[in-house]
Formats: sequence, C-alpha cells, structure tokens
Amino acid sequence: MTTVLLENLTKSFGEVRALESMTLEIRDGELVSLLGPSGCGKTTALRLVAGFERPTGGRVLLDGNDVSTVPPSKRNMGMVFQAYSLFPNMTAAENVGFGLRVRKESSEKRSRRVGELLEMVGLAEAAGRYPHQLSGGMQQRVALARALAVEPRVLLLDEPLSALDAKVRGQLREEIRRIQTELGITTLFVTHDQEEALALSDRVAVLSNGRLEQVGTPPEIYGEPETPFVAQFIGTMNRLEATVTGPGHVEHEGRRLGVDAVRDRSAGEKVLVLVRPESVEISEPGEAGNGHPRNGMVEGRIVGRSFMGPVTRVKVSNGAAEAITADLPSRNAHSLKIGDHVSARFDPANARVLSLDE
Amino acid sequence: MKSAKKLSLTKIAWLSIGVLYFLVPLLATLQFSLQEGREGYGFGAYTYILTDPLFRQSLLFSFLLALATIVVSMLLLVPTVYWVRLKMPRLRPVLDFVSIMPFVVPPIVLVVGLLTLYQGAPSWFVATPAILLCGYVIHALPYVYRSVDAGMEAINIHTLTEAAQSLGAGWGTVLLRVIVPNLRVALLSGSFLTLTIILGEYTMASLMLFNSFAVYIAYVGQSQANPAAALTLISFAITWAAMLGLLAVTRRGSRGGAEVQAQIGGAR
Repeated sequence: MTTVLLENLTKSFGEVRALESMTLEIRDGELVSLLGPSGCGKTTALRLVAGFERPTGGRVLLDGNDVSTVPPSKRNMGMVFQAYSLFPNMTAAENVGFGLRVRKESSEKRSRRVGELLEMVGLAEAAGRYPHQLSGGMQQRVALARALAVEPRVLLLDEPLSALDAKVRGQLREEIRRIQTELGITTLFVTHDQEEALALSDRVAVLSNGRLEQVGTPPEIYGEPETPFVAQFIGTMNRLEATVTGPGHVEHEGRRLGVDAVRDRSAGEKVLVLVRPESVEISEPGEAGNGHPRNGMVEGRIVGRSFMGPVTRVKVSNGAAEAITADLPSRNAHSLKIGDHVSARFDPANARVLSLDE
Repeated sequence: MKSAKKLSLTKIAWLSIGVLYFLVPLLATLQFSLQEGREGYGFGAYTYILTDPLFRQSLLFSFLLALATIVVSMLLLVPTVYWVRLKMPRLRPVLDFVSIMPFVVPPIVLVVGLLTLYQGAPSWFVATPAILLCGYVIHALPYVYRSVDAGMEAINIHTLTEAAQSLGAGWGTVLLRVIVPNLRVALLSGSFLTLTIILGEYTMASLMLFNSFAVYIAYVGQSQANPAAALTLISFAITWAAMLGLLAVTRRGSRGGAEVQAQIGGAR
C-alpha cells in the first residue's frame, strides 16, 4: 500500500498564492480529509497530488518517490470528481471498465472486475444503463467503482457528495467509508462540509487561506481547536475575549469567570475563551445549576430559539455582549420562551483557551 | 377566448403568407420545368438533366470536395477548439474573431488572395482541386467552428478529460474515445451544413475554373431554360434532403444534449 507525503507544497496562480508551504503525511490505508471554506486551497492541494497541477514549490512523494512532475495518467491514482464525470457515451459497465481497457487488460479480466466493482457499489443491475439513466447518487457510485477498478495506489475524492441531496449524501458517505476500510486504500478526501469530514475521516486537515491550520483526529479537531479559525470554523463555538486575572480566572466584560485552562497563564494575558454550546447550561438568574460550582457567564434574555430535533438551540443576550449559544436537550427546553430572563453558565473545566497575545 | 381566437387567425394568416411566399415560385418553377412545347407537359427536362454526364460528374465532384472539406475542417478544428478551451481559454475571443472572417471577406477577394498566395506553388496543388479545398475549408470555417464549439460547450470537457487521464488515458485516447464520441451531434451538424454550403458554392469554383455542381447549374441556367428549372428543383431537393438530415440529427441530439446538460448542471 501507499504513503503520500506533501512536503512544503506551494502553488501560486500568478500573484495569488493558493497554497502556502503545506506539509501533510497521509499514512498507509488512512483516510484524511482536507477541510476548509471555499477558496482555501483544498482542491488545489488535491489536484497537485493528482498531477493536474504542477507545484510552484515543494514536492509530492508517493512511498518516498517524488512524483511532482509525473503526468496524471502515470500516477495510478483513482479520482472521483465533484461534477458528474461519467463518460456520457458509455454505459455504467463501460465506464467502470474504461481504465482497464486503457491498460489493455483482457476482456475476461475486465468483465470480471467490472462485475465485482458494480456489485461492491450495489449497482450490478445498472451495468447496461447510460449515465443519463442514473440518478446523481448512482452516478457517483459508478464513478467510485470506476476509480477503484484500476486498483489505484491512492484514492482522491474531490467533494464527491456535494451535488447530492442530504439523504443520499449520508448513505453514500457510509458506503465510501465501508469500501475504503474494506480495501484499506490510502484516501484523500476534500470537503467543505465539516460534518462529513468529522464523520468519515481518520484525520482531518483544516485549511484556511492556503495554510494548514491544524491536523488531528476528528475529536481533536472538534474538542481541542488550536487556532481561532479552527475554533470558529468547526461547529458552533462561543468565543469570549477575556484577560487573565489570576490562577483559573479571567475577566470578560467586567465579569469574573472561572476557567481551568488559564491556571498556568500569567495575569494580564489576553485570551480567547472557547465554550461549545453543548457545555452551556441555562438556569434561572442567580441559581448555581445542578449543584455544581458554576460561573455566571451572561445574564440576559432569550433572543432566539431553534428546535433541532434532539437539541434545542437557545441564544441568550444581555444587549451589550455577543449572544451566547446553548444547545439544550429538547425535553428540558420546552419551557423556555423568547424574552425569558435567564442565566447562561458553563463548567470551568469545559472551556478551552487560546492566547491572543501571540 | 375571443382574443385567443383572433390571435390564432392572425397566426394562420401570417403562416399562409409565408407558405405562399415560398411555394408560389417553387410551383411556378415546377410548372415551367414540366412544360414541353405550347400545351404539353412531361419529364423531358428532368430526363435530360439526369442523363447528362456533366450533371453526375459535377455533382460527384462537389460531393467529394464537400466530404474532403468536412474531413480537413474537423481534423483541423476539433483538436484546436478542444485545446484552446482546455488550456488556452484566453485565446477563445481570437478564435471567435478568426472564425467570422469568411463572412467579412467576400469569396472573390478570398480567391484572388489564395491565387496570389499560391503563385509559384507546385502544379499538383494549384492545378488540382486541392487549392479549391483550401478555399472551401476557410469558407466552411464559421459553420464548422460554431458547431464544434457549441458541442464542446455542452459537455464538461475539463472534468471528462481529467477523469480519463486519472484512469491512465493519454491525450490521443482522451480525444478519440471520450471527447469526439460525445461531440457526435455537433460534428454531424457541422458536416451537414458544410455539405450544403459546398454544393452551392459558385464563386470560388468558377474563378478557379473547376466544374462544380454550382457552376453546372449556372451553365445550364444560361443555355437551356426548361432543364435549368428542373435542375433548380433537383438541387433544391438535394439541399432540403441535407437540411432535413440536419434537423433529424439535431432533434435527436437535443434530447441527448439536454440530458448531458442536466447532468452537468446538477453537479454544480
């Protein structure tokens, strides 16, 4: 199997730096997602690995061999594209067999392999259908089978689910993960959908403005963001700018808050306190809440309330500060109404801190 | 209801005027082509034309030249348009401009230019239909270019090319097995248009002294009145057959094209 190493990879388009000295290793059999907003450089990175672009600086290494200048047709990488890319003049089976035909495999081997792969993606009965006779989800399944037919060293997925509706997207996401795990193929997956990246990947690499912000497992990326961008981009995060006042305490808009994560920081340091909405509790003003030593964060009125199935999202504002978002179990939130005067609190142990002085 | 009825009557009236405008001259030509002597009618003029060896020779000459024009134009334009769209999109306005030049430059000027340009060229070139072929390729350029360009617009050539490359295909395979088969309708449209235009092209063939079909029509028209009318209708039928072929192909293709468009549109 194969290890991919992106070493100080840089790509410029004229004056625009699309990718800035990116270093990332994708280990053998691992599924790594490149996650970021539009224009962050994730697709550029994928195209550099595929060979459709030449790097301005740095190298792409496959098992230690520099392939930066090898044309895409010689890299033996399977790719599934965002746009439907099946050849309209060929049936599903012919599409899957295309790479094998190019490699001049015998028709016997070709038809056996095509059958296996269409079976694997659950489309054996659609072998004779043309792309326009297939739904979007089916087309992307055939595209996946086509990419896998040539037994690629690396599988590259460029937002293959973005054109599909939510239900099909969820199903195909699970299917991609099942097949990838089954084959143990090294995979690079590009997406702007954080939920998709967190659900699917062994590790996630978050990009912003052509720079790698953080690489980590989904729980690390979600629970321990290392930069303000990651904290803001992944999930919903309450961000409180504060100053350290003493061991375990900060001051935010004149209010003293307990934050365990600032125990080792010196007084006067500017910090960003990050609290996930699910760590925020709502109670009557002045209540301690569940008997734990909580810190008052904001006392104010409920200004927003959205039912989201298992949780209800509540926004609390005192008028001056940024609204605090809390995700409450829906069964506990039914009595809360817009305009209610409440206190939003969090556990000092559940807050993460980033320094603003650096 | 009343206004709808009025509108429909207006439509019928305009349609009738249009039909009469086209049919009356044709019917008059048909009547004249069938006239034999003062009061009799027959197919003498048609028999004369269809048995005239010059008719078959000139038609075959123009037909073969049209086929050669189609082949050369396609070989020249398909890879060019593909490459420009794929790798040099900034050159597209230049191609667009060049492609309409034959509309701007009159054929007579084109012939003079060609003859001056190829003065001193070997006789196997200037004394054979090869020189006429050069002129015809330029003459057909706007039609072939528009057809090929529209065909490439309808398919996502970037993604299809990259998909084929990632599966190990080289440029030749990409072009011949992926791009060209998906341009079938566009290429057929361009071919039919070229065929029709070349069958009716007179100026270049006449000035370069070739006996093309259009030159034969002009010759018969100047010398024999009734066969000229019959020939007009025969050439009209040939042109219409080509146009109907084009229509049939385009209709069939527009369904396929819509499907391709829907696929690409759905992905965005």
